[in-house]
Amino acid sequence: MANETRKLVTGPVADNNPIILQVLGICSALAVTTKMSTALTMCIALTAVLCCSNVLISVIRNHIPSSIRIIVQMTIVASLVILVDQLLKAFAFGLSKELSVFVGLIITNCIVLGRAEAFALKNPPLPSFWDGLGNGLGYSAILLVVGFIRELFGSGSLFGVQILSLAKDGGWYVPNGMLLLPPSAFFLIGLIIWAVRSWKPAQVEKPDFQIQTHRAEVS
Amino acid sequence: MEALFNLFISAVFVENLALSFFLGMCTFLAISKQIGAAFGLGVAVVAVQTLTVPVNHLIYYWLLRDGALAWAGLPEVNLNFLGLIVYIGVIAALVQILEMFLDKYVPALYNALGVYMPLITVNCAILGGTLFMVERDYNFAESVTYGIGSGVGWALAITALAGIREKLKYADIPAGLQGLGITFIATGLMSLGFMAFSGIQL
Repeated sequence: MANETRKLVTGPVADNNPIILQVLGICSALAVTTKMSTALTMCIALTAVLCCSNVLISVIRNHIPSSIRIIVQMTIVASLVILVDQLLKAFAFGLSKELSVFVGLIITNCIVLGRAEAFALKNPPLPSFWDGLGNGLGYSAILLVVGFIRELFGSGSLFGVQILSLAKDGGWYVPNGMLLLPPSAFFLIGLIIWAVRSWKPAQVEKPDFQIQTHRAEVS
Repeated sequence: MEALFNLFISAVFVENLALSFFLGMCTFLAISKQIGAAFGLGVAVVAVQTLTVPVNHLIYYWLLRDGALAWAGLPEVNLNFLGLIVYIGVIAALVQILEMFLDKYVPALYNALGVYMPLITVNCAILGGTLFMVERDYNFAESVTYGIGSGVGWALAITALAGIREKLKYADIPAGLQGLGITFIATGLMSLGFMAFSGIQL
């Protein structure tokens, strides 16, 4: 049992990562990573919603008629997200303003619905909780790596604390402004995918067309 | 009128939902292998977006906003916290109605778009458009324009990416970048291209 739990939690972090392998929940992963503080908030919010929704859906899985299951799942997820949104507004108003619409968009984050459909509907509550936690951590891992690179090299700070002294304040580091712009997030995730797939070649996709090596025609 | 046109242009190019706010990325990456399919999905998104943003605007303005229920004699009621659940419900219902309407009256279009309809409910671009409309306090005319503009922008982006990917499959790509990796990098380059539009005001 302990072994299975460990597999459920650590599996999605590297082997079956929701962002880079299952291609789920990318929208928010790219948009909130200009700063570590917003990225971390988003990770906590998503992991909390994912764990709770997995458990709730798993508890009532035998009572949901399959024809209306999507709308039931949507309602549960939306209620949880409203809860998170209201908590953020009450205790961290500045952060909730910075995250703007992206907290609300956890509702349509494919990871939440995807895990509910693929795992929570078929498994008891406890494994569902671990599965939610694992996928939340997998999502967080990518977000934090991207956020770390973008904030450190884009504005020379981490969590708002200046690490590299900027040239405009008399230091030595000239920040790379492009890392604060949207395109850099695409490049970083592309490169992370490349790195992970070089490390674990089993994840490499097959090309649609195989390029034939050229052979001289024999007449 | 000029202000509305300006809003339209900025929704299509400058504040493109897909390329500068990363909305609807899951479907954006999954359905962009062929131009035909990508264009079909794009049209469906434009249709749904044009309907949902104004409808959600009416609901927000007359029911949910702080003091919105004054017409019913309840001026101090603020139902703002119900926003998210109401919007997603409206979107799901509208998509369903549109699907049934198309099935009944425009079967040709239904056959072309039908498979994409369920995908649209969980497309963040749709909910994102509504949330931006609420956050930026658009009035009714602006919300109609923003709905059309943001839908067109998203459709443009996905069709363009599909065009690039169709050519890309003949390229010799390093093994680790194959598929998803190179798609991300191509999208990044497109997004860089769209940034050239930023700052354009009419």
